Amino acid sequence: MTSGTGPTTTSQLGHVAPAGLNASVTTRARLNEWLDRQSRQIFIAPAVIMILIFSVFPTIASLVLAFSNIRLRAGSYQVQFVGLRNFRKQFFGTEQFHFLGTFTSISLLGWIVTIASAAGLIWWLYRYAKQGFAILGFIGRLITASVGFGLALLFSATLFSGNPFGTLGVTILYVLVGCTIQFLIGLGLAVLCAQPIKGRTFFRVVFFIPLMITPIGIGYSFRMLADTTKGPFSPVWQWIGLGDFGWANHAWTARLFIVIGDSWQWIPFIFVILLAALENVSRDQVEAGQVDGASGWQVFKEITWPQIAPVAATVMLIRIIEAFKLVDLPNIMTSGGPGIATESMTLHSFFAWRALNLGDSAAIAYLLLFVTVVLCVSFFNLIVLKRLRPT
Amino acid sequence: MITQDIRMSPQRSLLRRWFEPKSIKQMAPATAVIVYGLLMLWAVFVLFPLYWLLITSFKLPADVNAGPVYLPWIDFTPSLHAWRELFVFDYEDTLRAYINSIIIALLATALCVTIGSMAAYALARIQYKPKFATIVLFVLCLVAMAVVVGRWGVDWRLSLAVALAVFFVLARAVGRHFKATLGNGDILFWMISQRILPPIVAVIPIYMMFQSVRLLDTHIAQILAYSVVNLPIVVWLMYDFFVTIPTDLDESAQLDGATRFATFVEIILPLAKPGLAATTLLVLILCWNEYLLSLFLSTSNAQTMPILVAAMNAGERGILWWSMAVVIIVMIIPVVLMALVLQRFISKGILLGAVKG
Repeated sequence: MTSGTGPTTTSQLGHVAPAGLNASVTTRARLNEWLDRQSRQIFIAPAVIMILIFSVFPTIASLVLAFSNIRLRAGSYQVQFVGLRNFRKQFFGTEQFHFLGTFTSISLLGWIVTIASAAGLIWWLYRYAKQGFAILGFIGRLITASVGFGLALLFSATLFSGNPFGTLGVTILYVLVGCTIQFLIGLGLAVLCAQPIKGRTFFRVVFFIPLMITPIGIGYSFRMLADTTKGPFSPVWQWIGLGDFGWANHAWTARLFIVIGDSWQWIPFIFVILLAALENVSRDQVEAGQVDGASGWQVFKEITWPQIAPVAATVMLIRIIEAFKLVDLPNIMTSGGPGIATESMTLHSFFAWRALNLGDSAAIAYLLLFVTVVLCVSFFNLIVLKRLRPT
Repeated sequence: MITQDIRMSPQRSLLRRWFEPKSIKQMAPATAVIVYGLLMLWAVFVLFPLYWLLITSFKLPADVNAGPVYLPWIDFTPSLHAWRELFVFDYEDTLRAYINSIIIALLATALCVTIGSMAAYALARIQYKPKFATIVLFVLCLVAMAVVVGRWGVDWRLSLAVALAVFFVLARAVGRHFKATLGNGDILFWMISQRILPPIVAVIPIYMMFQSVRLLDTHIAQILAYSVVNLPIVVWLMYDFFVTIPTDLDESAQLDGATRFATFVEIILPLAKPGLAATTLLVLILCWNEYLLSLFLSTSNAQTMPILVAAMNAGERGILWWSMAVVIIVMIIPVVLMALVLQRFISKGILLGAVKG
């Protein structure tokens, strides 16, 4: 961004080298000096250029693809502008069942959830507006609230009305359920490990390992483990009478299966960082609390938690960002099946690409980007920043 | 609750002793039982899949298919069947994928860490003031170009050249009338926020770009793509280390006549070594495990291990669990070793610094 924008300072190079010196030395010295003068730009330019070429430019190009119909011609692409057709298809057209889910009428439970979430969001906006009104903050919260309401409506019409939901719902489910489980267990393990125990290093090393293992390996190992005829738990399954039960053949068990695999991998991440944070909490305050007779829970709630909350919020932000990208586990463990029950949006987009529907693929990817950005930015502004700067 | 004099009193009941810590630095016996129990439970949950993978790799097909057997030498006789199959008969594909993975992961990490730590150092030390208007102009030019390409099908190389030319001319002409500038914090945020971008959004155009320059299914395509994806992590972590190094060191080096590059390489990098090592290991592991980008950018020649393993699904006889287990073990051994090294750094709370900031 900086390089090449301002006026450059290359004009004063001429008078550096006195005449008569060895030519090669002069050239090298001049080169060095020139490099040093340009170091401002040279240090940062590679990173900026790489990001511009491989991140910013593709993002814009992807937007073009999302608004186009792309046909493959011998070795090249023919791009035809079709406006919002790719997006309309996902929301209202032939792909609706795949992206959003199948709709019938909304059930009573669905209406209750819808109305409750609408009321909650309006109350939240009202409270913000009353507290102190800033136009940018209000617009941001309005976007958050409308996306939140949209998702509530989506789940009301599908999950709470007994209809199957599409890849958007599945992705949100992975993020919400997966991250919640991972946070709770990760925090629990960190608290346990922060007790005065022997062999802390052993537990830390063992608990850390899953994070490093390739998701592909995890996917296959868990398939092996969950196999009800050849897996290690098959006697148990036989005994309960679920001998020919396939985890991957039922929507909810398949989703659970993937959430378990994902948690196995990511709990270590939350654990390791929260443990480091817990070890930084000052012992004096904790001990003072204990001497004063506070229970373990009170010490945690009043002394420890406020000190690790900022770290916890940031860790969860990182985790949520990564959770939206989940693709390898569903692809390996269930191939998105049964039907589309475990297909995340990235996988959906990948399948569309493989079927050469580049426009659809880009449109889905963009919808994923939109949901990710809105939810992550909301999380950042509403939770992380509040935790870092408690008012 | 527990008070000092109860704890001092000699006639404590057994129950009390069981639930009361002996001293403030120790746990009550009951708590200890629960804590160790839960920790051991989780350790089993973590280790069991790995154990199962390991013993499966030493099983004969018959042992796997007949139902579960758990203990080598007791339940079944371990055999090197699957290992021999991989290393003697079937090694070509695996070896090629393995070498590809090593080359790509190492070079991508080297590129990523070099570029990323340079940028992080620059952001920690040099004041940048990109003009807000220039950036807006740049993005507008790119968008205009994209629209022209998408809407009217103009050749993209031509329009890119025109867009850049227009940008430079306008930036020179209009630039000085706008005063609002951004700071280093904004650049840092921009770089780190690239991590939010789901790779699937960028990968299709990246695929087309590499296709148009005939770099699909090569190492270089994957090296470039992997390093950009992981660049935000490097910038983020390394920035945190460079900020903690006092600026006096740079200044005195520069007074002694060292160039900025010399200062960076000879003075700052050695000081940031622990951070550099932790970051490098982390990126190396992420590159080693990368799946989606490789899925798009490689077909056969530059195929990496994750793709090879994922493709083992497609057999006529179902999944051959024993060979699968061998390949997965071969693939995770280097990473587990690295994890053990990385653990040393992490226990010092090195990654914590960045998360806190």
